[in-house]
Amino acid sequence: MSAMTASGALHRIVAAQAAYARCIDDSGGEGWADFFEDDCLYVVTTAENHQQGLQAGLVYADSKGMLKDRIAALNEANIYERHNYRHILGQPLISRVEGDLVWAETAFIVARIMRTGETSLFATGRYIDCYRIGSDHVLLRERKVVCDSNRIDTLLALPL
Amino acid sequence: MTAIGAPPISPFADKQGYSQAPYALFQSEDIYAHEQATIFQGRSWNYLCLEAELAASGDYVATHAGDTPVIVVRAEDGFLYAFENRCAHRGALLALDSRGNAKDFTCVYHAWTHSLQGDLVGVAFKDGIGGKGGMDPSFCMANRGPRKMRIATVHGLVFGTFANDIASIEDYIGEEVLSRIERVLGGKQPKIIGRFTQDLPNNWKLYFENVKDSYHASILHLFFTTFEINRLSQKGGILVSEDGGNHVSYSAIDPALAQSTEYTEQNIRSQSEFGLNDPSLLDGADEFGDGVTLQILSVFPGFVLQQIQNAIAIRQILPRAVDRTDLHWTYIGFEDDSPELLRARLKQGNLVGPAGYVSMEDGCVGGFVQRGIAGASGHSSVIEMGGVTAESSESRVTEAAIRGFWKAYRRETGL
Ligand code: FES
Ligand SMILES: [Fe+2]
Repeated sequence: MSAMTASGALHRIVAAQAAYARCIDDSGGEGWADFFEDDCLYVVTTAENHQQGLQAGLVYADSKGMLKDRIAALNEANIYERHNYRHILGQPLISRVEGDLVWAETAFIVARIMRTGETSLFATGRYIDCYRIGSDHVLLRERKVVCDSNRIDTLLALPL
Repeated sequence: MTAIGAPPISPFADKQGYSQAPYALFQSEDIYAHEQATIFQGRSWNYLCLEAELAASGDYVATHAGDTPVIVVRAEDGFLYAFENRCAHRGALLALDSRGNAKDFTCVYHAWTHSLQGDLVGVAFKDGIGGKGGMDPSFCMANRGPRKMRIATVHGLVFGTFANDIASIEDYIGEEVLSRIERVLGGKQPKIIGRFTQDLPNNWKLYFENVKDSYHASILHLFFTTFEINRLSQKGGILVSEDGGNHVSYSAIDPALAQSTEYTEQNIRSQSEFGLNDPSLLDGADEFGDGVTLQILSVFPGFVLQQIQNAIAIRQILPRAVDRTDLHWTYIGFEDDSPELLRARLKQGNLVGPAGYVSMEDGCVGGFVQRGIAGASGHSSVIEMGGVTAESSESRVTEAAIRGFWKAYRRETGL
């Protein structure tokens, strides 16, 4: 494969992230795990923890299997009020390209719509990502979801 | 905020004892203010922070005792002090960060200076400028500082109280519950691995009831049963402290089963096709060597210590309004953790918190109650599972620990 350029990577990532958001917002997260490599890391944390190097997350998954389990648990096991998200994503900032690996950061805003109709600003933050990009795939090797606020609503069911 | 004037009329009817809780308790502003005065600023030990957060001289944590903002700090003499985060002049916050290191606390408003022990030690322009202005000559800085708390440290946990007539922290917690704190934290050097604040849409007491409610676990939380995870948790029980306020709920693997090869092979993994794709979620170690897979412990009015397998966390419950509560989580490991054990803690962290497989529901049920009782302030809940007393029990199908909470609550509030 010819060397990837940052702008080439940018277009691939923008498209992949649009599909990622749609998967969560409009398909209840079905197939969400397929945006990741088998051997991946997905962590939801806060800016404060991230800055202080504290590793624990609200969600911490180090395999694609764990991501599948997350969606399965939401569908089969956990009890919560029905809700949806709407992700609005910023422009990815490509920070590094190395072989087929691309490091990127993308700001997000997520609104949550509860079954009662109440719509609220649920979370803002940034994805700190490492993608592996090939001719036919754009897969997340690592996604750290860094929420700006250290205050989290009482329910974080669907993934960010 | 301290209640002024007469205490509110008790919503408890005769004979309700502590096996019924009137819903008005979760709705009334007057009762909320009364609780602040009689419990959080009254005869209780409030959990404040971990001693590990205050290693060096000048290290401080800004937290709350109920509504009251407080600073906990290690002073130059090596001792810990706690006092209101309130300037002696006109009341502004002294610390504007949640934690940090300070030489003193100088208010940003007019630069009055407070020592690390909480004493007022400097007033800007006290003598005026060029003989003009300045404080009245009768003004004396002694005893002007913010109100101080008494501090007590037990197994690395820092508690504070505004009361003088209160038992020592050890007696307050009680021997039995204290030994279960020691089981997890005794002689260890905790290491903080994450902090989160969960916004609960309900009265603080509804969350504390949930923590003490051993009856709901297998009914509300379906994660383990859905994935047919074999937990072999045969033994369990509830300990309620004599005064009612503190409790421990635990479950343990039956030692006979734990030693069998069958158990070692299956461990706590699923045996069915409905199992987890990646059961390593639950891989870990029996780090306390006693087979106890779950221990939830609470100390009145706002402290929870959780051990679910290797996921250890401290939860501080802070009321914010009648129908709002902050739940501050501190996830911890220990300084001598192996990389494998740390990894187990990080992965098992998925079980708890706002996204927790077994506690996502706990964050929501309080809100379901708060909304459910909206038109029912004259009615009461029923807390009679397992009888009407607040005693320790070998069965976890009991609401004894919740009754213990109400026993302590009624004693302290006089309601
Ligand atoms: S309010 Fe603090 S110095 Fe004036
Ligand atoms: Fe629960």
